[in-house]
Amino acid sequence: MEKMPKWADVVLIPVISLLLAALISALVILLIGESPVEALNLMVNGALGSTYGWGYTLYYATNFLFTGLAVAVAAHAGLFNIGGEGQAMIGGLGLAVVCLYIPFPHWTIALIFAALGAGIFGAAWAAIPAYLQAKRGSHIVITTIMFNFIAAAVLNYMLVTVLKPKGAMDPSTAKFPETAQLPSLHEILAPLGIEFSKSAPANVTLFVGLAACVVVWGLIWHTPLGHEIRALGKSERGAVYAGISPVRTVMITMLISGGLCGLMAINNVMGEAERLVLNATEGAGFIGIAVALMGRNHPFGVFLAAILFGFLYQGGAELALWTNIPSELIVVIQALVILFTGALDNMVRIPIEKIFIALRKENV
Amino acid sequence: MDFLTLIQVLDSSMRMATPLLLACLAGLFSERAGIFDIGLEGKMLMAAFFSAAVASITGDVWLGLGAGILSSLALSGLHGLASITFRGNQLISGVALNFLASGLTVLIAQSWFQQGGRTPSLMTAGRFNGIELPFAIGPSDAEAAGRPLTEMIKEASMVQQLYSELISGHSILVYVSLLAVPITWWVLFRTRFGLRLRAVGENPAAVDTAGISVRGLRFAAVGICGLLCGIAGAYLATGLQAGFVKEMTSGRGYIALAALIFAKWRPWHALGACLLFGLLQAVALRFQSIQLGGFTIPVQVMDALPYILTVVILAGFVGKAIPPRAGGEPYVKER
Repeated sequence: MEKMPKWADVVLIPVISLLLAALISALVILLIGESPVEALNLMVNGALGSTYGWGYTLYYATNFLFTGLAVAVAAHAGLFNIGGEGQAMIGGLGLAVVCLYIPFPHWTIALIFAALGAGIFGAAWAAIPAYLQAKRGSHIVITTIMFNFIAAAVLNYMLVTVLKPKGAMDPSTAKFPETAQLPSLHEILAPLGIEFSKSAPANVTLFVGLAACVVVWGLIWHTPLGHEIRALGKSERGAVYAGISPVRTVMITMLISGGLCGLMAINNVMGEAERLVLNATEGAGFIGIAVALMGRNHPFGVFLAAILFGFLYQGGAELALWTNIPSELIVVIQALVILFTGALDNMVRIPIEKIFIALRKENV
Repeated sequence: MDFLTLIQVLDSSMRMATPLLLACLAGLFSERAGIFDIGLEGKMLMAAFFSAAVASITGDVWLGLGAGILSSLALSGLHGLASITFRGNQLISGVALNFLASGLTVLIAQSWFQQGGRTPSLMTAGRFNGIELPFAIGPSDAEAAGRPLTEMIKEASMVQQLYSELISGHSILVYVSLLAVPITWWVLFRTRFGLRLRAVGENPAAVDTAGISVRGLRFAAVGICGLLCGIAGAYLATGLQAGFVKEMTSGRGYIALAALIFAKWRPWHALGACLLFGLLQAVALRFQSIQLGGFTIPVQVMDALPYILTVVILAGFVGKAIPPRAGGEPYVKER
């Protein structure tokens, strides 16, 4: 018999963890001498009070959708992909090469090839740690951490030497040609008669991200491959007994995971900056960990958590603009969410399980 | 490259290796007891901030060191709570602690000092200054002679250059870190506590059967880890540099982790690995890119080399790195 109903596991525990994280964040704000109520007000207004705010919230959320899905897919196979940051960086590199060197007639075609470039580069960056884990048993957490740093060095080198236009000072590529620039939400919604902020960076990638959610959902729960991935994650010995090859499954899972991280580049590199800059990923690869934990590795949960973190990021930027609270507050909240939903999960779970068991005894 | 330049690069390597070595030994204690710790970075950062903050407020560097160690211990306690008491995922806990430190340090720094997430620059009394060993040429000799120190060292003999530049003139924490290597070796391999600590990382059930507390041992290991990370962070902010700046650990915790794997969880090898990685950092700092027979090695290669070497070691191409067997797994007591 299960210790508690499913809704408690899926909804109640994440909500309690989130409330705990919010409570401690409020305490932190109090301790540095600001008002938590006012801070929350500012955040809600700044992130959700205008289409400009929404434009930024959705833009950040799109980044986190990809990295969150990537972490979730890997987690289903029992793998902890902490290398999303590096995979997204290298994905950006692949995307930049495609957009800079191939002349496209229209953005739709550019989008398809850019997505291929970004996805393949991201997947390739995940392939080496995946191979080392599958074949040689090197711990994937450590190798993906190392690959984040190596990716940063590679990107730095490419931007300083190969990809930098002649005479430019900044370590960045040239701006992508007009036909490789994606329409923003403003341009998409205007024909429908909806006014949307012109300067906000949210763009058509949002819909690619939503499509990725549906595809990942179908893949994990409605394909033989998804079944193999989940079987491996539940029990490696069981999976082997069922005729599943762990090496093959680990490789495929990590390629999908890395590819998803790579796809994030469509949003931040092609959609927003329209050129590749240093530190384009801005830590989104790591936020994917919090998003996947919070969303319980389910695409719909990842979607909700990505919106939540998009809100936090935009709200945090507004806070830094109008108050004395630095935007690093968001990093603290992110840490608390990871701590409570991930590492201290049992601290929340065990008391709630006890309550449900006690309730059940009373009813019987 | 002349002899003096070589000595100076080695001297700088020693300084760069010190925080790596302390953090690496910290990770060694924790991981030998079966607790993975990717939160070395966060603990160092926290300690760097609190040591610089307290040293700048009180003007006493020793109080700063104490505050740094306490703050690092607090994070260690949280890691222990999550991974030992509540049997949570140790890797996720480490990730969370790194973010917590990265955010909190800037938040508190801004609230206390209003200098954009940094502490004020530390004056002489707020820092660990170089110790002049006997017979070495140091700043005091230069003052007595009324000549610049660099000139006097340039004129000295090779032995004197080696002694004055490389061996003398470091802050006390550098010597402490070197001393920590044999102490770690002795504690782990020559004491009863060390034997039990290693056993708990290989087979906690056996330790439990012998009537020894697995939890107690693991908490002790995590505590030692916090202490050493605290010293490492304090050295960064009050020895190597004069004050705290945002993200000042800049990946050193991960390089220490890499060094730990490179050393295959052994203290003396950890010293070697940290000196090697320190040398790489020092070289990258001094020469932006290196000419090798018409071929240029870009500075980014030097930056990435510790990580690449670690991946090669992990891949088992140069002898296999086998971590403690019970590492990463929470121990569930049998009933």
